[in-house]
Amino acid sequence: MSVANNKEIAKIARTPLFTVVQELKARFTSFGGWEMPVQFSGITKEHEAVRSSAGMFDISHMGKFTLQGKNLVSQLQCLVPSDLSRLVPNQAQYSVLLNPQGGIIDDIIFYYQGEDSTGLQKGFMIVNAATTAKDKAWLLEHLDTQQVEFQDLSTEKVLLAVQGPKATEILQKFVEEDLTPIKAFGHLDGTVLGKPAFLARTGYTGEDGFEIMLEPSLGVELWQILLEAGVLPCGLGARDTLRLEAAMALYGQDIDDTTTPLEAALGWLVHLDTKGDFIGREVLQQQKANGVQRKLVGLQMQGRNIARHGYSVLSENEKVGEITSGTLSPTLGYPIALAYLPTEIAKVGNQLEVEIRSKNYPATIVKRPFYRSKSRLSK
Amino acid sequence: MAFEYPDDLKYLDSHEYVRLEGETATIGITAFAIDQLGDIVFLELPEVGDSVTKGESFGTVESVKAVEDLKSAVTGTVTECNNEMMDSPENLADEPYGKGWLIKVKVENKSDIDDAMSASEYSAQVEGE
Repeated sequence: MSVANNKEIAKIARTPLFTVVQELKARFTSFGGWEMPVQFSGITKEHEAVRSSAGMFDISHMGKFTLQGKNLVSQLQCLVPSDLSRLVPNQAQYSVLLNPQGGIIDDIIFYYQGEDSTGLQKGFMIVNAATTAKDKAWLLEHLDTQQVEFQDLSTEKVLLAVQGPKATEILQKFVEEDLTPIKAFGHLDGTVLGKPAFLARTGYTGEDGFEIMLEPSLGVELWQILLEAGVLPCGLGARDTLRLEAAMALYGQDIDDTTTPLEAALGWLVHLDTKGDFIGREVLQQQKANGVQRKLVGLQMQGRNIARHGYSVLSENEKVGEITSGTLSPTLGYPIALAYLPTEIAKVGNQLEVEIRSKNYPATIVKRPFYRSKSRLSK
Repeated sequence: MAFEYPDDLKYLDSHEYVRLEGETATIGITAFAIDQLGDIVFLELPEVGDSVTKGESFGTVESVKAVEDLKSAVTGTVTECNNEMMDSPENLADEPYGKGWLIKVKVENKSDIDDAMSASEYSAQVEGE
């Protein structure tokens, strides 16, 4: 066995919560250029807390951009396949930045904050940690920076995710504004512990909850007070099992520059009919008309063997695809996985095999998501 | 974090331990490794009668986050597998050197374990990690 060696982690970035997280005896890992907690009390325990009660994650490593300009929305429209003109103020859209081949540069959330009396439009964009520099370069290259002001707040703010059926109720105690009327993907500029903070009803766990962006010192304060209020600190390990149960894509694993949103089962964010031109449109239009060659599907393993990233998927003894993500689902109790498969094979109910350490084990294509929360709000 | 490493065992740098009693070697993984792996969810072990080879993989241990090979300290034939642990691998952490053993092997050559580490050597190594 080769187990993690904390000393191997070179000098990489740390979030403002590093010290308080370290005090909790978290185990750290390197992720996207950051030293992040992978687990505190145990992945399964943390996972269960988010599914049944409330857990919190330091996600300050994620990229955070503010954007403002008179034609901000129309400029961003050219970079994503989603119709951002449908957004009302204080509403967010999960989307993807696309290259000319229709491949995904990154998956992002754009939080539209509305327009002021002079017609100035404002918004936030939250992107993946490892792709922050790439996204920034892409945005600066393709936005008219004469008209759109771009600011990178990635290392200046704390981003906390408080997730779970009890997350809103607990968080509410420390927030001045009423959180109950905020719908999924809604957000507001609010007041946390008497100070300004940005609160969004978004997340990466498949549960209800909020993501809160605030000043570092206020972020540490909120972390400590939520800890005392019984919110369990959670690491990237549980974040991964939670998002996979909810069949949410992980950039660099399930989606990347070579996969299109239509292949990645993200067709719901592609709005070809209601919007104009955008980078990658041609490819998506062709794929929509002719069908895609491959599709990202959910797999359920029959035994306890876990299909992991990179393992081969076989149909009638022939390799037909590869696992992109896989884990033992703590909630369901059996191994689940995602894989790209040729469209003719990618049908729910189809029986396949996954090669695990030179042996083949049966797997079935199942509906995604693997898990759907009862408490999660609909949009 | 301080873990226990019994003196009557020998250790591999890949975190397996071996206890030799007569011709029988009992193999398991150390408290340090179990802690590092996190929640263990799956064990893949050989069957009784299978042969194992010193320095080579005899199975795997999977936690939620990773899968790791298990290395054998000895060459020989598997005489017992711990079915209880295969059914409930999450209990491995309770008694890694007792109930949490993985396989028993009839060894061909007792000197196989001569180059394995003593408890103090192993403890010094993992403490440095």
